[in-house]
Amino acid sequence: MKGLLLRDLRLAFRAGGGFGLGLAFFLIVTVLMPFGIGPETATLARIAPGILWIGALLACLLSLDRIFALDWEDGSLDLLATAPLPLEAVAAVKALAHWITTGLPLVALSPVLAVLLNLPAEGFPWLIASLTLGTPALSAIGSFGAALTVGLRRGGLLMSLLVLPLYVPTLIFGAEAVRRGADGLDAATPLALLAGVTLATLAAMPFAAAAALRVNLR
Amino acid sequence: MSIWEYANPRKFMALSGAVLPWVSAAAAIVLVGGLIWGFFFTPDDFRQGSTVKIIYLHVPAAIMATSVWFMMLVTSLIWLIRRHHVSALAAKAAAPVGMVFTLIGLFTGAVWGQPMWGSWWEWDPRLTAFLILFLFYLGYIALWEAVENPDAAADLTSVLCLVGTVFAVISRYAILFWNQGLHQGASLSMDAEENVADVFAYPLWTSIGGFFLLFLALVLYRTRTEIRARRLQALVQRERMA
Amino acid sequence: MTLVVDALSCARGGVPILTGVGFALAPGEGLVLRGPNGSGKTTLLRALAGLTPPVAGRIDAPEDAIAYAGHADGLKAQLSVAENLTFWAGVFGGRDISAAVEGFDLAGLLDRRAGNLSAGQKRRLSLARLLVTGRPIWCLDEPTVSLDTQNVARFGAAVRGHLDAGGIAVIATHIDLGLEDVQSLDITPFIARTERQSADPFLSGGAL
Repeated sequence: MKGLLLRDLRLAFRAGGGFGLGLAFFLIVTVLMPFGIGPETATLARIAPGILWIGALLACLLSLDRIFALDWEDGSLDLLATAPLPLEAVAAVKALAHWITTGLPLVALSPVLAVLLNLPAEGFPWLIASLTLGTPALSAIGSFGAALTVGLRRGGLLMSLLVLPLYVPTLIFGAEAVRRGADGLDAATPLALLAGVTLATLAAMPFAAAAALRVNLR
Repeated sequence: MSIWEYANPRKFMALSGAVLPWVSAAAAIVLVGGLIWGFFFTPDDFRQGSTVKIIYLHVPAAIMATSVWFMMLVTSLIWLIRRHHVSALAAKAAAPVGMVFTLIGLFTGAVWGQPMWGSWWEWDPRLTAFLILFLFYLGYIALWEAVENPDAAADLTSVLCLVGTVFAVISRYAILFWNQGLHQGASLSMDAEENVADVFAYPLWTSIGGFFLLFLALVLYRTRTEIRARRLQALVQRERMA
Repeated sequence: MTLVVDALSCARGGVPILTGVGFALAPGEGLVLRGPNGSGKTTLLRALAGLTPPVAGRIDAPEDAIAYAGHADGLKAQLSVAENLTFWAGVFGGRDISAAVEGFDLAGLLDRRAGNLSAGQKRRLSLARLLVTGRPIWCLDEPTVSLDTQNVARFGAAVRGHLDAGGIAVIATHIDLGLEDVQSLDITPFIARTERQSADPFLSGGAL
């Protein structure tokens, strides 16, 4: 399992691995927002939690199809399915690798972008906490969507259609935590609910993803 | 003789063919009867005026929208556990019907909301939840369309239906947390306190019955079509290989 | 350790492809599968590997004994030869890769990226990948695609070595690998024809 994680990380960081694309996308989306909304800092500060969360969510979505598609194309997935490693573990490790290469950098970049959007200082800890707790769920749910569509030509658009509705609870609780934090309110409740959704997702999604992979490998 | 006998396509075709005319006729009579009763033979509400009459479309459509998804969940489970093809095809046949019910619920909700709340769309928790349900239907149907191998499509959509159900329920509570809403309380419930008066309730129940019969007729009809399409596909494949 | 296949029926995409396939292989025995394109060789090999569940019949082999190599070889172009081999060795139980490196003469290529290898070198690498799985039963699907005669001979020698060491190999191929005393099985007689009718619940009986 460690070998699989290291390989996926190595592949992501090597040339052509696509590391950083999601990060750049997050940056561009956030920079474009004020052009659409207007430069008033008060308005931007009010909607900053939502922009940052949706930006992170879309940046995450962008790289989801890489979780299984490349291994599907070159036959690695067939070989992994015949390996002693259970397919559930393969799905979980690949989701983890996706989070390390996509979710974690997004968390790290978010405070910088929050400054651009004038997020109130009280919101920063909550922003980092909610993204840290929420992005693993985005990767886990995404691995399920990627597993469902792995064998399909032009599966990317369909995957967005399948995955985005599943992101609703995570988005609601995550953005709500930041919004409350930025208003100086106590954001512990949405954060606890977010953590609950994430834990449940992490526990269940590898099984759903593995079931979908088995069907697609048949 | 067990109930699973009807999971055989041939048995199902025979049974559904026999009951379909009756179900269709009953659906037409009950639905038209319920709606006419509701629209023309009930008093106006003292606060909402005649606007309230949209309830005879709105509430049945909303009830059916969630019930159809639940039926898809049950048939998906039957397919996953017992591998009855008819069950999977019934889920496939029900999805577009459920989506249209959701759309009717959303549309009538908007039309009703305009005079009551002063806007066509409010991010009210129940309306929002139905919007999310609509997206789930959309994804489910799109996945059926995208996968060519019918058995794999049935498997994948069944897994999606299971996962989607859990997320739909979580979303419902997340949305309640997010916005408390303007929606009036339940129109019909066992707890009579907030119920609508009997004079509205009877035609409403009739309309719900009509919507249910309509759904039954449509699903039987569509499942029969799906079974024939599958048979056609299998025949073509056999010709090609022979 | 033997591989026994008895009355095996397999399907692809819900359509029965082969039916009644049977053979038995003892250690040191190889089997070459023959048959026209699309006759179901790949389907049979995927069923043996456990990727496609069989419709009927049984496959008797020790658990975790089968190594599968399909058309795609599961090698990452961005990783070096050593990294590719170490990864697959790790996945299949952490075996040492040095024997495989020696066996397929890859020592000079270890630091080369797999993407920069020639077709013949890539094949050698994918065979070395089979070796590091440490599994005794090889299921190979058209392993000689894109190999010249010299490398086909080298491949044949590698399979020979595997068999002599007590391994088993099932190989789908069109060309002569130069392997004597391996069995050959033409799967054409097993192609499902009449069964197509009875297996599909939508085909039984007359019009619906």
